[in-house]
Amino acid sequence: MKEEFKIIANSIQKDKSVLDVGCGDGELMKFIYENISKKIRGLELSKDNVQKCIKKGLTVIEGNAEMDLKQFPSDSFDFVILSQTLQAFLNPEKVISDLLRIGKTSIVTIPNFGFWKVRINLLFKGTMPVTRTLPNQWYNTPNLHMCSIKDFVNFCNERKINLFKSLALNNNKVSSINKLNLNFKNLTSELGIFLIEK
Amino acid sequence: MNKLDDIKKIIVKKPLKLDCGATITNFPIAYETYGILNQNKDNAIMVFHALTGDQFASGKNPVTNKNGWWSNVIGPNKALDINKYFIICANVIGGCMGSYGPNSIDKNSGKKIGVNFPVITINDMVNAQFNLLDHFNIDKLFCVTGGSMGGMQVLQFVSNFPDKVKIAIPIACSASHSAQNIAFNELGRQAIMADDNWKNGNYELENVSPAKGLSVARMAAHITYLSKKGLQEKFGRKLQERDKIKFGFDADFQIESYLRYQGSIFVDRFDANSYLYITRAMDYFDLSKKFNGDLSKVFKNTKTKFFIISFTSDWLYPTAENREIVIALNAINADVGFLEIKSDKGHDSFLLDIPDFLNSVKNFVDNSYKN
Repeated sequence: MKEEFKIIANSIQKDKSVLDVGCGDGELMKFIYENISKKIRGLELSKDNVQKCIKKGLTVIEGNAEMDLKQFPSDSFDFVILSQTLQAFLNPEKVISDLLRIGKTSIVTIPNFGFWKVRINLLFKGTMPVTRTLPNQWYNTPNLHMCSIKDFVNFCNERKINLFKSLALNNNKVSSINKLNLNFKNLTSELGIFLIEK
Repeated sequence: MNKLDDIKKIIVKKPLKLDCGATITNFPIAYETYGILNQNKDNAIMVFHALTGDQFASGKNPVTNKNGWWSNVIGPNKALDINKYFIICANVIGGCMGSYGPNSIDKNSGKKIGVNFPVITINDMVNAQFNLLDHFNIDKLFCVTGGSMGGMQVLQFVSNFPDKVKIAIPIACSASHSAQNIAFNELGRQAIMADDNWKNGNYELENVSPAKGLSVARMAAHITYLSKKGLQEKFGRKLQERDKIKFGFDADFQIESYLRYQGSIFVDRFDANSYLYITRAMDYFDLSKKFNGDLSKVFKNTKTKFFIISFTSDWLYPTAENREIVIALNAINADVGFLEIKSDKGHDSFLLDIPDFLNSVKNFVDNSYKN
């Protein structure tokens, strides 16, 4: 399993209720279901992925987070997961506010646009970045709103969102992000993992 | 009729109070079963049929000699695997395959009941079929499922008997019959009643049959079961056994001939009054009405695990209406999954061999049984 998923799973306590928004083929959900909590459900856009989830015995709703999160009642889950999909929404701000409303804690991960390889791409090659976490070309990327770790931290500060845990991931190594190392982590990390609350 | 005498029935002794106010008692429920009920009695699935279906969901229908209406779904190793599960399917009350309906004989007069049959609802249907649980000594069903009107019965059943179902799969249905649904049903009923041979519902007494009216009703309904794209691909403007149009009202086009054929074979197996009663029951279906329109309250405190399925090209019970059920269940944090299956076969998709559909049902059912 991906290091990112291990970190997310480790952040969830036993038997807590979990909603995985954009759960993909259900890999993370299945791990959580088998090891941490049976109370897990998913929301997924792709029909193929929903089928894969059903095959794994997972409860998943085919739907679009931007359209369908509103139907979930407030505070109905202990944890809401949003793994590397925030940047693909038309209105990420709205999605974040729905996550905070539905979940007591939300776990949001983002591919970091501040990563040095991304910067190099644009700076020296003069082309839109293509990296391991950003594998698509500019013309076929699903990503609409890319942000960096620093952008996300600033966003939480501005919106008074309680960002109580920030982790950086690079080459499968996890480290903590704090005020002092923010600029450095923003340069050296592929992925940011954030735990937020209202 | 002697074929009908051979089919399995229970006689329900307990009086059943119907929504219309009437009470029925000592009435028959005809049913069929597939597979074997295990020792723990935890492998029972109740399947509900649609408007013109019957209890012969799989295998050969002994009356029509055709394959059961859900043969694609029910069978050895199929989505509902009869090597694993015990499947019960009953003919709804109001139906014409042995259950109590307008086609039944009135014990007092010795004649067919006809339009003296009380108007029934989906609620009455499931309350009547619930008696089969007592008959088989089943405390809790593993699963209830069905498509179209069968899906409505699934929703009603879970609502009426929340502790009696582990998993529920309503397919291609709605929690409330839309104006469009009612309109099409009314068209069918008017076609039957406009047939002189309907005789105010007493056609059996006069030994005639409103076959033309019933056939037109079926033709109109059949169109609603298909999609525009499906029809276009299958028939287009192809002509029926001729090179050019004949400037008349014969069936020039293949689609006309097809519909006429569908209408003509339908009248051999279905009773016109049953068609009136069952379409009426569908029209009256509005599950949240008792709860001031709040569908969530219908399922309050439900422990049942739901999996709702719709089809992309179904315009009779479109995805949006199926989604309303998902939304209502989500609002009370019920365990609900949902999938829209890609198909251009329209509403009829739930009856057909569509691998994505069959696989998702099988995966959901088998995984739920394991856990």
